[in-house]
Amino acid sequence: MVSLYSLIQNETVKMLKKKRFLVVILILLVLIPVFVYAQMKIAEDVRRQFGTDDWRVRTQQQIIDYTNSLASNRVPEEWKKWRRVQIQLLQYALDHNINPQDPSGVTFARDFMQNAMSLFIPLLVAVISSDIVSGEHAAGTMKLLLTRPVRRWKILMSKLITIVCFVSLIVFVTGVLAYLISGLAFGYRGWTAPVLTGFRLNGAEVDFSYVHAVPQWLYLLMQYGLAWYSNLVVACLTLMVSVLVRSTAAGMGIMMATLISGSILVNMVSTWESAKYLFMVNLETVVYLTGSLPPIEGMTLPFSLTVLTVWALAGLVISFIVFTRKDILN
Amino acid sequence: MTGKDVVLSVRNLRKKIGRRDIIKDISFDVYAGEVFGFLGPNGAGKTTTIRMLVDLIKPTGGSVEVCGIDVHKRHNEALRQVGCIVENPELYGYLTGWENLEHFARMIPGVTVERIREVTEIVGLDKRIHDRVKTYSLGMRQRLGIAQALLGRPRLLILDEPTNGLDPQGIKEMRQFIRDLAADGLSVFVSSHLLGEVQQMCDRVAIISRGRVIASGQVGELLSALDRRVVWRVEPFDRGRDLLARQEDITVLPGEPGGGVPAVADEAYEEADGMAGIGPRPIVTRMNPARIPQLNAMLVRAGVEVFSIELKHPSLEDLFLRLTEGESVG
Repeated sequence: MVSLYSLIQNETVKMLKKKRFLVVILILLVLIPVFVYAQMKIAEDVRRQFGTDDWRVRTQQQIIDYTNSLASNRVPEEWKKWRRVQIQLLQYALDHNINPQDPSGVTFARDFMQNAMSLFIPLLVAVISSDIVSGEHAAGTMKLLLTRPVRRWKILMSKLITIVCFVSLIVFVTGVLAYLISGLAFGYRGWTAPVLTGFRLNGAEVDFSYVHAVPQWLYLLMQYGLAWYSNLVVACLTLMVSVLVRSTAAGMGIMMATLISGSILVNMVSTWESAKYLFMVNLETVVYLTGSLPPIEGMTLPFSLTVLTVWALAGLVISFIVFTRKDILN
Repeated sequence: MTGKDVVLSVRNLRKKIGRRDIIKDISFDVYAGEVFGFLGPNGAGKTTTIRMLVDLIKPTGGSVEVCGIDVHKRHNEALRQVGCIVENPELYGYLTGWENLEHFARMIPGVTVERIREVTEIVGLDKRIHDRVKTYSLGMRQRLGIAQALLGRPRLLILDEPTNGLDPQGIKEMRQFIRDLAADGLSVFVSSHLLGEVQQMCDRVAIISRGRVIASGQVGELLSALDRRVVWRVEPFDRGRDLLARQEDITVLPGEPGGGVPAVADEAYEEADGMAGIGPRPIVTRMNPARIPQLNAMLVRAGVEVFSIELKHPSLEDLFLRLTEGESVG
């Protein structure tokens, strides 16, 4: 019997030698400093605007701004709803003396993942995994793989496990790089700074009864865990596309189009309720930690996780059925 | 038949793709230590059959057994005995030759580093084995493909058009190499669309046309039953031609060089045209070569000067014409 371990070893060697992972690291190494710089500029601007470093003053000012905008007729109802929620959150933070944006490397890592988890990281995942099956078809090496004394499901399983490993690695490396690079600008402390979580939304009212502060390291762990899970689902679906679509370019295109349409939908479908069953609308599970409004009313963390899980399982079932049955004709 | 071990046994193999019957009925046996030719024009179903031999395609009916083990029911055990190259020797271009071999060695139980070194030496690639495969010439890739196929000490080697794209020197080496492998007791299954190649390389042959085996047996036997083409160059041309045409069981093939370019020129004429200016014009006949001395004597007695008598190799077309008499050959 050929062990799954040696097959995974094969896939890992191929993944590394194709240098895709290196490309991912390079992308991160280029982009994170860009965001760090942008963040610094914003902080500078804010300081100039308010003339102070005191976060309490700034937060107070922000609340006033939001409240004023609520009176305006030109602001769309949805924005108002979001702002009402934000006002409550800021007020709560102010009341409990917890700075929501304590600038530090850890906070940056947290913010970065919050923004990257639903589009940026999934695209990186698509980059490394979209050719894992279709690439072997295109190169003709699939014929050699499938004529070894190894069952087909085992070959696909080794590919799945390999991309799971690499997805985990990407999420981990993103966090580490974000912390290390931003730390140069914002300092490396902030692990124990308190972060508020546990918000529940009732329409536009925030239910504070479960809100509590957790140390930032714990919050970071929860957030990266959720990001990891979302991207695992993306990886499973990319695997399915790779099995179903012969051309790697087409497969990559399909995944990108889906993910990008997801981020567009999130911003516009709040009235189309059944869109909440689409996986790409559910990727940003972190919103449930921060207390911001979910893309569609009525979505909750368990709901999103369930939708994601169902999509991932369906993708895997289809992948395995098709892969083990299909005739290799070219 | 000869009491030898049957290594590969194919029985009533059929394959339907969509509504088309690609493979209608293919049966043959390959014995231990022989080179078996699988001959047919392009599009006859050679590659589809090979894919069924190695479980890349599931047949619609019939069976394939390697050493008595059904390939489609006991994939692992059957393919443990088989090494193959389906179509082109496609390996991972971004890996070195050695890494490719390591990769495939991990997929077969019990292949050691010594074995990898051994097959590298067998195919004579030791000097370039640590270079990337994308820098290899086609001949080197072909050899690496064979090295890969030999890793698991198979009892059956399946090669699809192994001399395709090689230069004349490479073709010669490949032929010798295949004969050497068979001499060591390996059975080699070789597909080809060139009769000459099968003739020089194989012990037995199965000829397929339109998804059916139309003949099989010893290569020599099949060929000796054929009428051969004989090219005569005699003076005076017309008298010689008349004398030959008058004989029974001799066909003078059409294609009068004097009458302009004939509509249906025989390929032997085209070849003979290339030697224009050397002696008289050619007369191409189809006949049993055993009659040559007799006819020669007849011509000489009649005062016709014979400059040359040339025996042509039978072509695949000849064989096909003979085997599918009456039926049209596509």
